[in-house]
Amino acid sequence: MNRNVKDTIFEGLTGISVLLIIFIIVSILAITIVGGWPNLNWTFLSEFPKDGMTKGGIFPAIVGTAVMTIIMAIAAVPFGVITAIYLAEYASEKSVIAKIIRFAVKTLAVVPSIIFGLFGLGFFIGFIGKNMDGLLNGGELRWGQPNILWASLTMALLTLPVVIVSVEEAIRTIPREMREASLALGATKWQTIRKVVLPGSVSGILTGTILAVSRGAGEVAPILFTGAAYFLSNLPHSLSDQFMSLGYHIYIMSTQSSNVDATQPIQFATTLVLLLLTFSLNAVAVTLRYRIRKKAK
Amino acid sequence: MDFSRINNKNKNTGKDIVTFNKKKFRFSDWFAEKVIKAVAFLSIAVVILIFIFVFREAFPIFKMDKKTSASTVTLVQESYGGSGTENSTVKKADNQVNNSNIINATDEKPSATLLSNTWMPVSDKPRFGLWPLFLGTLKVTLIALLFAAPISIMAAIYTAMFAKPRVREIIKPVIELLAGFPSVVIGFFALMVMATVFQNIFGYASRLNAFVGGIAMGLAAIPIIYTLTEDALTAVPKTFIEASLGLGASRRQTAFYVVLPAAVPGIFAAVVLGLGRIFGETMIALMATGNAAMISMNPFDSVRTLSATIGAEMAEVVFGDTHYNVLFLIGSLLFIFTFALNAVAEFYFKNLVIRRYQSKK
Repeated sequence: MNRNVKDTIFEGLTGISVLLIIFIIVSILAITIVGGWPNLNWTFLSEFPKDGMTKGGIFPAIVGTAVMTIIMAIAAVPFGVITAIYLAEYASEKSVIAKIIRFAVKTLAVVPSIIFGLFGLGFFIGFIGKNMDGLLNGGELRWGQPNILWASLTMALLTLPVVIVSVEEAIRTIPREMREASLALGATKWQTIRKVVLPGSVSGILTGTILAVSRGAGEVAPILFTGAAYFLSNLPHSLSDQFMSLGYHIYIMSTQSSNVDATQPIQFATTLVLLLLTFSLNAVAVTLRYRIRKKAK
Repeated sequence: MDFSRINNKNKNTGKDIVTFNKKKFRFSDWFAEKVIKAVAFLSIAVVILIFIFVFREAFPIFKMDKKTSASTVTLVQESYGGSGTENSTVKKADNQVNNSNIINATDEKPSATLLSNTWMPVSDKPRFGLWPLFLGTLKVTLIALLFAAPISIMAAIYTAMFAKPRVREIIKPVIELLAGFPSVVIGFFALMVMATVFQNIFGYASRLNAFVGGIAMGLAAIPIIYTLTEDALTAVPKTFIEASLGLGASRRQTAFYVVLPAAVPGIFAAVVLGLGRIFGETMIALMATGNAAMISMNPFDSVRTLSATIGAEMAEVVFGDTHYNVLFLIGSLLFIFTFALNAVAEFYFKNLVIRRYQSKK
């Protein structure tokens, strides 16, 4: 076969692969929007589910997802930022400890999310929760069962690597000269980190937080048995309450609901809400990260 | 440019040590460093805790083996609440079943049924045969990988070798957007749209099956394999490409005979990490594979994967029950497997990449 023909065929095939992936992405978006848009209105967003979850809105699921991701971010972001500071500022390139920490972070990033669910059940609920009940409540069951706190903490462990990676990348883009200038003026290492490094990596911390929130809002497997509830008639008002979540709602409505066909509009609209949420968060994070990388060049 | 950055870092850390040996002791600095170090250890602690707590809940299955078989029988019976007379009949029936089966499960030990061919955790006589689950996971993973790996590698080649810089700037973030799609959304799409479309095309019997689930899980792995492959391809030194093009080779020949061979370890690492993602994927498996634990090689039959089994059944089991322990055992297996995959990708393939370029410097 002619060389030029082979070249064209190969380039065409690789181009088609790209187009196919983009086509799939666009069709997921398009079908979700077409299916969910007609049902998406203010009452849907602000009402509780009604009539055995066949009518009404998804207000408690939105609130539950929001509260869960906020608690998650409060837990994950400080730990992630501090670990990133250690990796970027304190650990030397050759240190064995730093290598082990890096490997642990990567492991956390690839462990299946369902394992985090099992861990949350075994550790937070079965171990910490049970012992808290024994000490605080005299054995009465309060913390030793699924609730929003344990679900959020489980999710925080899952999103920890996301924060660490983003923040470390941002810290590494801060020019060495700035640190040296600060040190030369007599600032200590900690002062330099606080006054020069951290302010310079705010956008990185923000990127990491947004990515973590987006990931946490979308994950379902870790909260399946650590706190998500099928249906609640009240919003959670304490950390030991269960909560409803958007992702779990989609899963329940599309697989376990008594009448899957009748609730299809609700399913599509809920999926659209979740997709819009994670999508817009990701878009913001990608733009922020792009800016950081451009600055680094 | 990359090399200069690495050198800067080394100089930086080296200089810091020198500077700080001369400084006088400051409590805030000392304290901050200690706290930061302690917190950094948290990620190691979490990995170890996951190991301990997932294994701890799985462990009782093996402990039951050590007891006499009689006591195990009563144990099983207690958890399912049968009376004395029922017990003996159940036992007899069990023996009959066991005799008729060729499988070597000769008594009621729950762990002895682990290697059998039936997964029936909720019945009078629960059987925890993991083979159908293993086989199902393997089947779905294979389908997903056969779909996702070629397409993502091809797309990465296009992005790294053929696309104009401006097109590249668009393609990369768009494909990476797919990584931001929650798996429950992909699962929903598979359940609602792909299942129906594929059934119309192929005309098979069960709407939800290994094929639909596999393709949907492949979608979740595409951004991982694509991004890492693209990184591996662009990490190949520009001089290689320029030398090849300068000798008169076309871009396809350069891609095939120069860039791809040089990037093979990186691409392998990408595929391995994609495999880990598929293997542990729960929500898509739960929603799109049909969840029937059966042994068959037909890609259009329903399957039940390991992770989906945990997701579907954990909410209904009793704390500390045998079934509960078996689900944790499945979790331990998943954890060991992904941990090993990550270790292989991290240490083996990375060393290969480093050695390759250093020897050629």
